[in-house]
Amino acid sequence: MKRASTKAICWMAALVVGLGLWWNAPAVFAAQAYKIGGIFAVTGRASFLGDPEKKSLEMAVDEINARGGIDGHPVEAVIYDTEGDPTKTVLAVNKLISKDKVLAIIGPSRTPTTLAVVPIVERLQVPLISCAAGIQIVEPVKPYVFKTAQSDVLAVAAIYRHMEKQGIKKVGILAVTNAFGVSGRDQLLKQADEHGIQVVSEQAFGASDTDMTAQLTKIRKEEPDAIICWGTNPGPAVVAKNMRQLGMTIPLYQSHGVASPKFIELAGEAAEGVRLPTGKILVADLLPESDPQKPVLLRYIADFNKRYGGGVSGFGGYAYDAMHLLAKAMEGTGGDKAKIRDNLEKISGHVGISGTFTFSDKDHNGLGQDAFVMVEIRNGTWKLLK
Amino acid sequence: MSEIVQYLMSGLTAGAIYAVIALGYTLLYNATELVNFAQGEFVMLGSLGLFTFLSVLGWPLWAAFPAVTLVVGLLGVVLERLAIRPVKKPEPITLIIITVGASIFLRGLAMLLWGKDPHSVPGFAAAAPIRVLGAAIMPQSLWILAVVGLLMGGLHLFSKHTLTGKAMEACAIHRSGAWILGIPSDRMAQLAFAMSAALGGIGGIIISPITMAGYDMGTMLGLKGFCAAMLGGLGSHWGAVVGGLLLGVLESLGVGFFSSGIKDAIAFLLLLAILMARPSGLLGPKAVTRF
Amino acid sequence: MTGKRRLWATTAFAGAIAVASMAVSNAYHQQLLTVIGIHTLLALGLNMLMGYAGQISLGHAAFYGLGAYGTGILTTHYGWSPWAAFPLVLVAAGAVAYVIGRPTLKLSGYYLAMGTLGLGIIGHVIFREWDSMTGGASGMVGIPPLQVGGTVLSLGRSGMILVWVVVLMAFFFCDRLVDSRIGRALRALGDSQGAAAACGVDTGRLKAVIFSFSAVLTALAGFLYAHLVGFISPSSFDFLMSIRMVTMVVIGGMASIYGSLFGASVITLLPEWLHVFSDYEMMVYGLVLMLVMIFLPQGLTRGVLDALEGVKSES
Repeated sequence: MKRASTKAICWMAALVVGLGLWWNAPAVFAAQAYKIGGIFAVTGRASFLGDPEKKSLEMAVDEINARGGIDGHPVEAVIYDTEGDPTKTVLAVNKLISKDKVLAIIGPSRTPTTLAVVPIVERLQVPLISCAAGIQIVEPVKPYVFKTAQSDVLAVAAIYRHMEKQGIKKVGILAVTNAFGVSGRDQLLKQADEHGIQVVSEQAFGASDTDMTAQLTKIRKEEPDAIICWGTNPGPAVVAKNMRQLGMTIPLYQSHGVASPKFIELAGEAAEGVRLPTGKILVADLLPESDPQKPVLLRYIADFNKRYGGGVSGFGGYAYDAMHLLAKAMEGTGGDKAKIRDNLEKISGHVGISGTFTFSDKDHNGLGQDAFVMVEIRNGTWKLLK
Repeated sequence: MSEIVQYLMSGLTAGAIYAVIALGYTLLYNATELVNFAQGEFVMLGSLGLFTFLSVLGWPLWAAFPAVTLVVGLLGVVLERLAIRPVKKPEPITLIIITVGASIFLRGLAMLLWGKDPHSVPGFAAAAPIRVLGAAIMPQSLWILAVVGLLMGGLHLFSKHTLTGKAMEACAIHRSGAWILGIPSDRMAQLAFAMSAALGGIGGIIISPITMAGYDMGTMLGLKGFCAAMLGGLGSHWGAVVGGLLLGVLESLGVGFFSSGIKDAIAFLLLLAILMARPSGLLGPKAVTRF
Repeated sequence: MTGKRRLWATTAFAGAIAVASMAVSNAYHQQLLTVIGIHTLLALGLNMLMGYAGQISLGHAAFYGLGAYGTGILTTHYGWSPWAAFPLVLVAAGAVAYVIGRPTLKLSGYYLAMGTLGLGIIGHVIFREWDSMTGGASGMVGIPPLQVGGTVLSLGRSGMILVWVVVLMAFFFCDRLVDSRIGRALRALGDSQGAAAACGVDTGRLKAVIFSFSAVLTALAGFLYAHLVGFISPSSFDFLMSIRMVTMVVIGGMASIYGSLFGASVITLLPEWLHVFSDYEMMVYGLVLMLVMIFLPQGLTRGVLDALEGVKSES
């Protein structure tokens, strides 16, 4: 029995591994198409990023193909789900490069997953346009790594500029204990001095924490002029509610992480008066006609809603911009990865969803201060702040 | 001063939730000597269920509350029938893995049914916060404390003054002994599962206006609830309540006086300390099998 | 297993690795095999504790992380060579496990499950909160790859060979261990602690020793992971990872060394296949775990074999 079982187990293991490898055997290569890889957290905790990103990439690919592709080559997107897990992302990137032989990669959705794959694309010299916010991705500049999402640097600057105008001097910070919150907190601390703002208290909360009154009470003791909360739903909504309950009337600033109608729904009445920086997509119809982004935004929103029946958000725009930037950079390269990279760096004045992109050898994000506007929530809807 | 009162109040509110969840564990453990790692998911189902009944179906709260409790309780019975009873050799290691599997399954199911975004649930009564000694007390906190108090009293009466309750206690003391005396221990196990799931559901219902309802809210609450049950002494009703409140208050004070980042570690550090120093818990029976 | 059989199995296994290292040329497949190898080490480590000694641990991800972060911190912050960090990290993991295991393993059943679970969560919180050393929630970048002579061992063929050679050695060692005096004491312990103690086994010490051995194997996997991937973040070492490790052991079969290989393969490849199900993945995962435990508590391998035996004896 024992003899037979060990052997059989060996065979079964070999069978499973073999089956797995066979299952993923290379597919027939489509003739002439330019292959682009997409890696997004389509499922899992960060699916609110990955799902619209995947949809927007598919939409952008169809748009490009409808107008005849790139130099006559159709574009084909190969998209894998990372579930927001670094190991899976690393596997997916290698699969894209070695099996699917893509020319460039769009994604991943999160900062840690992006950092995990940066060494690989740098070594294999495949252009990557990340959809994640963290500034560490493009600072210091890595030759093959670009990103389209607005960095939290810009969001923090937008908040602090508004605070300066309002005469706010002392702030308390409340950030979630994940990559998004930590990165935001670091930027808030770093930029405070240049805007003449003093951080009097710095607190954290867990992504699934249910009550933040203890942290808020601690902040209140330091008597700040305003509170800045950095996180993604539902935590920030709890913070807004808790502040109401504690009777705190000082202004609450949120991050762009909650720039969606979901926040207003979750926080309800407590959302009134909350100020936050957001990409222009949220307030596209409120923008002045002179804004160059307005027509691009309105078209994207209409197309997305028509195709997917609603659910448009700024997150999808990261992948949408990345694909259109890539299409521009691929023109005339014949599919040469080094040339695509060089062309990306030369793009200037590309009007996209997240802002107007001007890349250079020193700036691989390419967005300026105009990428963010400040909004305030009034009567359950957004109002543009000057 | 007002800060300390505020920390205490926040801690008591969170602690009351831990206490309800811990009661669920305790009840089940008493009747079946089983720990259900999917308990947290019943809390999640309670929250999302309330959201569905209130906001989607438009039921009033007084009807939605018992309806959700009933549904979650029934789910507990289903879990017992389908996943626990068929097990031939119910060893802890097997049951732990099965209930962990059940918890992943339920979470996946909830994600499909309710989506990945959290949902907002209205408070039980629209009222302004009450100010005591400079601290704000939320009306929902009072609701929570009141419900926990009622549950505690009800459970006490049930186990000491009804036949079924006494039968369940008997099962807890000696299962086969109770069986010899004609107590249907299988049915008792089923009842215990239903009650414990319903308790989890109630925890979810009363907490949802504060925390909102989302498919992934249950796991950490369930684990903290278990910590509370262990802290107070697994198997003791009063222990569950004391453990829950203590854990909530200590977490809140920990955030207040140390760092908010270590909040999640507090519960488990306490747990390890109590497991090593006094595995029977603060109020648990003295003679506990450590081996 | 007799000496001859062991020799045969090891040679066959080594042969398979040699063939695979030549035949598999696709980088993606090489990586998949690398990950399977690392997971096999994890499963093997935990199986020594769960399968043989009968002690559950729901917090082994902490040791996995300890191996990864230990070497990450030493090599990036202090500029150590990975090979210098290697023994220190393993000894540290073993020592930490022994110190913690001695009191914790006095507990049993649910108490032990909860104690180890707490350990895992505390480990996760430390990885996440100790910003200055671990890089916090964003993770830690720039862990140097391993080098032998002038060759860089990176993800790909060289990494795959390295991992599987380590797996082979671990298999060989565990196989010997199981058949040794300690192994017999372990199995006695797994069957009945009281009986083992009555036969003169120092159960408290033995449990701590095997816990510590299991932690060393797990940390070894973490060490390899950190240097091959070059990036680590706390989310790779959370509660779910601990559960995944338990699942590998359970699916592969408790107390089966080669079953660890099988379990690790299934759990690594399952999500690749489950992508067809996408949103159903979590449900299917939970369902598989429940069904296997309800109907085949000995694990898939043993369960399927028993079923086959049954069919044979009937016909």
